[in-house]
Amino acid sequence: MSDAPTNSTPTNPVEKLLRMERIPHIWCPGCGVGTSVNCFARALDKTDIDYDNLHVVSGIGCTGRVAGYVNVDSFHTTHGRAIPFATGLAIARPEAKVVVYSGDGDLFAIGGNHLIHAARRNIDMTVICVNNFTYGMTGGQVTPTTPYSAKATTTPYGNFEDTFNLPNLVESCGAVYVARWTVYHVRKLIKSMTKALNTKGFSFIEVIAQCPTLYQRRNKLGDGVMALQYYKERSTVQNGAPTVDVGLDYQSDIIVGEFVDKPRPTFMDKYNTRMTEILGNKFVPYEGVK
Amino acid sequence: MKADPAAVATGVHFIDGNEACAEGAIAAGCRFAAGYPITPSTEVVEHIAKRFPKLGGVFIQMEDEIASSICFQGAIWGGMKAMTVTSGPGLSLMMEHVGLAAMTETPSVFVDVQRGGPSTGLPTLPGQQDVMQVRWGSHGDYEVIALAPNSPQECFDHIITAFNLAEQYRVPVFFMMDECIGHMLGKVRIPEANQIDVRERKFTERPPGQYLPYEIYSGDQPEMVRAGMGYRIHTTGLTHDARGYPEMNAQAQDKLIRRLCNKVLDHTEELTLCESDQIDGSDVTIIAYGITARVAAYAVEQARQQGLKVGQLRLITLWPFNDRLIRDVAQNTRSIIVAEMNLGQMVHEVRRAVGDKVPVHLIDSAGGAIIEPETILAKIKEVVS
Ligand SMILES: Cc1ncc(C[n+]2csc(CCOP(=O)(O)OP(=O)(O)O)c2C)c(N)n1
Repeated sequence: MSDAPTNSTPTNPVEKLLRMERIPHIWCPGCGVGTSVNCFARALDKTDIDYDNLHVVSGIGCTGRVAGYVNVDSFHTTHGRAIPFATGLAIARPEAKVVVYSGDGDLFAIGGNHLIHAARRNIDMTVICVNNFTYGMTGGQVTPTTPYSAKATTTPYGNFEDTFNLPNLVESCGAVYVARWTVYHVRKLIKSMTKALNTKGFSFIEVIAQCPTLYQRRNKLGDGVMALQYYKERSTVQNGAPTVDVGLDYQSDIIVGEFVDKPRPTFMDKYNTRMTEILGNKFVPYEGVK
Repeated sequence: MKADPAAVATGVHFIDGNEACAEGAIAAGCRFAAGYPITPSTEVVEHIAKRFPKLGGVFIQMEDEIASSICFQGAIWGGMKAMTVTSGPGLSLMMEHVGLAAMTETPSVFVDVQRGGPSTGLPTLPGQQDVMQVRWGSHGDYEVIALAPNSPQECFDHIITAFNLAEQYRVPVFFMMDECIGHMLGKVRIPEANQIDVRERKFTERPPGQYLPYEIYSGDQPEMVRAGMGYRIHTTGLTHDARGYPEMNAQAQDKLIRRLCNKVLDHTEELTLCESDQIDGSDVTIIAYGITARVAAYAVEQARQQGLKVGQLRLITLWPFNDRLIRDVAQNTRSIIVAEMNLGQMVHEVRRAVGDKVPVHLIDSAGGAIIEPETILAKIKEVVS
């Protein structure tokens, strides 16, 4: 760690983004979260975003640890509440790009209320949700994305609840950009992340990723490689697919693609427009901390 | 620093405590607020929502208090001065983020306009039942600062104190109003901006690379930065080291948690705001805070007119609790009455500090109506007879 040369110019885009002194990370061998971070680093490299103006906010969970590994201003908050923290940060820092990076349980179970409201308000942020169909950090419990019949520690007889269709839910709430990829689709995921990062307003990417230690093992689905094989064989790219049709069942076909791309004014755009209309020159817009 | 003259509503106003609190926050430099409506606090954010667009501020009504209590912390790390405002049930929802603010040393102001509880309790009626909750409500060991104003004027003056202390100590600061003070109309004199001392956030002067967000370079506070200054900081609610990186073991925990507590406790004397009156040689001293102290002052006056030797101590700073102050009272009076609008919260602290030096009596109330001066007067007579 400490004997790494400090004067060399890193050429690996991933290294440029990471707090290298914190590697090795906590993710299990074969976990998909790291692949998504790799894609994120490469996507960033393709944008003009100044790293000093990029802020990453995470909740709690395995994916929630992403904020701790990225070498930008980064905030590891509380379980489910990355989005409201990011809302305050994004409003305070209009010149910044704010990214929320968290897990499916964090964003859609405990944090679901915040997610739907941030999408409705069209807060200027990119939300990356690593969906591993389980609560990784706490040992493999059921989540709102666990498919019917899949086993989790808290559904030992198989899950009987219905799931959320994440792209559909987020689109209904007003997200301006919605995509889904698996960690097998690294190139397309990078492209989508680049696009989301360059989009104003609430953008959302679902990244389907394997959890070999808990979800795969408990459901006898093999290791990380087997998961990638499944993603490869059973995914179909359908850009623009109606999100109502992209729900997932247990080991079913997976529709991936860019589903939504329809810009609309952000929370601050609308705030400024409305106040200007009503208050005229009495309105003093917030223009960032000097 | 002095307040911004373009923002301060200089003049003499006839307004209630909630509005005075909002104006004080504005004078203190608060330009971001997140809240969720709840009686009897709502007028604070309603007033803020009206004023902020003309001052370059932003108010956001969040989807709940859990969101409000972390949204404003995001704005603070973005460089703004910010607050959240609530009452009982909302305060209960905020508790996890009180802990987050303590752990990440976020200079945060929580306004709590207290009502009767528990649960939905008495939405429109007063209480002083949150005193222990703000101190102990989040899990783990931590310290906060809490101030209790007793008039609309103090709502203005001391919310500024609250913001200044938040910046100085980087802890959650609770502004403990109650329904009576919040809705009490009174004369509030708002001074010229150049008469109002405002503590600006002090950012580090160390360059990136020579700075760690939780290192103690001098004194007992780390130096702050905001997002976007190029320092590439990390904050976490996990136990962390000077870099802000998770370090989860007993030694790191001991070092961090003791520092977080001691950076408040070691300054208890400087943090103590109170008013004491004729305690020396008194037969009984009333200790109260907030609206109850205001009522008690009237009762004390009546008692003195009847020739009784009664002292009074009004606590403005509730936390950190100053044991020395209370012991001094016990040295100089023959007995103590604590009056508070709950079934006995601060009385435990007073009794702990006093030991068996003098008897400590309690006038309690389950909330819903202020304690009447007659009740206090009767207790004074009972105790001295
Ligand atoms: C308020 C609160 N409740 C529960 C927990 C325990 N907890 C930590 S992570 C987690 C679930 C994480 O699952 P997910 O968001 O899907 O992320 P993953 O670990 O799978 O990446 C839970 C329940 C917590 N930290 N805080």
